[in-house]
Amino acid sequence: MNSVEGVAIASRGGAPSIFLSNITKAYGETVALSDVSLDLRTSEVHALLGENGAGKTTLMKILYGLTQPDSGQIKADGVALQINSPRDARAAGIGMVTQHFSLVKNMTVVENIALAIARTFSLDLDSVRDAVVAASTRYGLEVPPDAIIGSLPIGLQQRVEILKALMSGCSYLILDEPTAVLGPQDIDSLLEVITQLRSEAKIGVVLISHKMAEIEKIADRVSVLRRGKVVSSSLANGITSKELITLMVGEQESGVVLRSESQSHGRDPILVLDSVVVKMEIGGLNNVSLDVRPGEIVGIAGVSGNGQTELVNILSGTLSIDSGTIAVEGATLTQNTPQLLMRAGVGMLGEDRHASAVHALQVMENLVLDCVDNFATKVQLNRKKMLEHCESAINQFEIKATAKQVFGTLSGGNMQKVLLARLFSRKPKVAIISQPTRGLDVMATSYVRSLISKARLDGTAVLLVSEDLDEVLELADRVAVMYRGSVIGVVDGANASREKIGELMAGIVR
Amino acid sequence: MIDITQEIIGSSLRIATPLALAALGELVTEKSGVLNLGIEGIMYGSAFVGIATAAQTGSLSAGLFAGFITGAVAGLIFAFATVTLGVNQHVAGLGLTLFMISFCNTANRIIFTSDGGQVRVDPWQPFNFGGPIFSQYWMTYATFLIAVPFTWWLLWRSGLGLKIRAVGENPEAADVAGIGVAKTRYTAIIIGSLLMAAGGAFITLAFVGTFTINIINGRGWVALALVIFGRWKIGRLLAGAALFSVVNAGQLQLRLLPSFSDVPFEILLALPFLAVIIGLAVSGRNVPYPGAYLKPYKRL
Repeated sequence: MNSVEGVAIASRGGAPSIFLSNITKAYGETVALSDVSLDLRTSEVHALLGENGAGKTTLMKILYGLTQPDSGQIKADGVALQINSPRDARAAGIGMVTQHFSLVKNMTVVENIALAIARTFSLDLDSVRDAVVAASTRYGLEVPPDAIIGSLPIGLQQRVEILKALMSGCSYLILDEPTAVLGPQDIDSLLEVITQLRSEAKIGVVLISHKMAEIEKIADRVSVLRRGKVVSSSLANGITSKELITLMVGEQESGVVLRSESQSHGRDPILVLDSVVVKMEIGGLNNVSLDVRPGEIVGIAGVSGNGQTELVNILSGTLSIDSGTIAVEGATLTQNTPQLLMRAGVGMLGEDRHASAVHALQVMENLVLDCVDNFATKVQLNRKKMLEHCESAINQFEIKATAKQVFGTLSGGNMQKVLLARLFSRKPKVAIISQPTRGLDVMATSYVRSLISKARLDGTAVLLVSEDLDEVLELADRVAVMYRGSVIGVVDGANASREKIGELMAGIVR
Repeated sequence: MIDITQEIIGSSLRIATPLALAALGELVTEKSGVLNLGIEGIMYGSAFVGIATAAQTGSLSAGLFAGFITGAVAGLIFAFATVTLGVNQHVAGLGLTLFMISFCNTANRIIFTSDGGQVRVDPWQPFNFGGPIFSQYWMTYATFLIAVPFTWWLLWRSGLGLKIRAVGENPEAADVAGIGVAKTRYTAIIIGSLLMAAGGAFITLAFVGTFTINIINGRGWVALALVIFGRWKIGRLLAGAALFSVVNAGQLQLRLLPSFSDVPFEILLALPFLAVIIGLAVSGRNVPYPGAYLKPYKRL
């Protein structure tokens, strides 16, 4: 708290007028925010930085009334605020633009804004239109007032969202990862708009982001969240992006990681990616070369959005590559389809467990989805064999569920165990494991990690993609760092320093 | 009274046969995430092609076979449009229905009714195992003794069924698990179309032995409603078919009673449809649509 208030004097923004103090919020056993305090001022861009799951979005949802804190309070100008809904938030002058826009796609810009601001029963669209034109000139947010939202590019839709928030009278504007959906030109013009809103309209902007470049460019103040706590809050010009990344991913934790010697030395790699290119409007892969040996875990680190998802998708076969090759056991794949990859021995745990399974089906049905034909004698499903298979998996992987339970009713940890059981029961030569412990509690996390270590000892080549750097450092024999769609460097896991990895994550190569 | 009850049950089974076949077909299709509004047209097409072939060849079996071919071809076209090309399923389905109906009406006029005649065959006759209930066409027996258990087995006990249900709920997950989404949907659509075609052919080849304009008379749409009414479960779906058929058979009996002679028959005719509408209004809320209902699937 002291440091936060200390900075207040030096900040270029106005006096702090909204205080969030000692906010705590837990979802079940997962603590999303623990005793977080933060203050917001007008005429200031306040960047909120942190990895996925660090609590940024939860904190802002609390401020905007989308969810309620378990404890703590919000004050405006010394008066306690009760924000139970977005409506209360707007009344207190707080607006928010979420990652998923709340615009009606088949209505015009004016109609959409009228929905948000018109308070009378009879709707005078002409006067709303005049107000839209006036406001868009005033804030420097040019929008075509009569265009249908669905026909506008995403950057313009975002402007409409911002304009809508401003026109409902907010003096604080929360932008949740606004640049994640934009291409480079749109990003530049958005950053200009934000700067202008701060300087001319005296708006206090909260910018949730994990892109260093834009934070360096426009933030006045930066607060870093890590695992539900504010680990730093300081003026932006007093801190480097390297320091920020170190804050974001955490200090070296004490204690030596116990890891058996890698079995992989001198063995030929099983999975080899050579100059893989995927061209996309936003993101994509740019000349990725990477190899994984049997009995080795290669961890992928990087600030999220630097090509990790694309890397996983090309290896699951859902994203096709434009050039380069993928080879498994020396044989180059002609095409990266799911069937060919699976036949070659590549197994997959996707980053989104909900997208990897069919919720409406039973546990035992989900367990055999990737090998249905092995469980069918001729065409008839062998339900008895499926049941036995499932029950042995339930025992072996400590899954708390029954075989015939519908998958969608399982807890996150148990869903993940079912998917891991499916992956490992195929005995894959290569296992691609993405965000294995996201959203899991401590027990489930350590169990899942132990399974991954065991696969390594069994001689599986594991490619581990995780935004949790601790996880990567705990498990990986080698750490490959991705930056802007390429592997920018590979560090030996045993003596990888966070400092070195942090530099690579920020794009600094020495 | 017992006689009338038996009559009503017996005639219900006949009325329910094409509905049950078509509804089973739609069920298999929808379980894969595809809505086939071509159902009415496929029934119409196979009813016409079936009887036309039977009339030309003199063989009812050849007619049924031709009906199946019609269904398979129509299903293939529909699958190509919706699965491969990703055409809106409402548009493709309604288009198929409109085309099939107009095409068959035109062909019927050119081939059979231009000289004022009408296509006629000697239809299949019921097998009588005693009493009005067990005096049924072979296709009625086949529907309830073979098609119903087969569909249940196909969807809930076969490997293909598990794939169908997976692509209908979450095609992304199925694809990553190595299940060919397009192949599975094609298969489901064609199996579904064959069942619908059987329902259409039953009407001309067994039920009436002739073809007239508007012969399907909305039975496809009723079957469609029965799938939703049945919440994609075979038991409930059959219960819906039974409800419609019993009300329908009942109103046919009522028409014969002298005390109902003053009631316009259109009112009685509307009763079974009214029953379906009420049934849908009661049970059609918060229905558990398949997760990928109406959504074409494409990789990134």
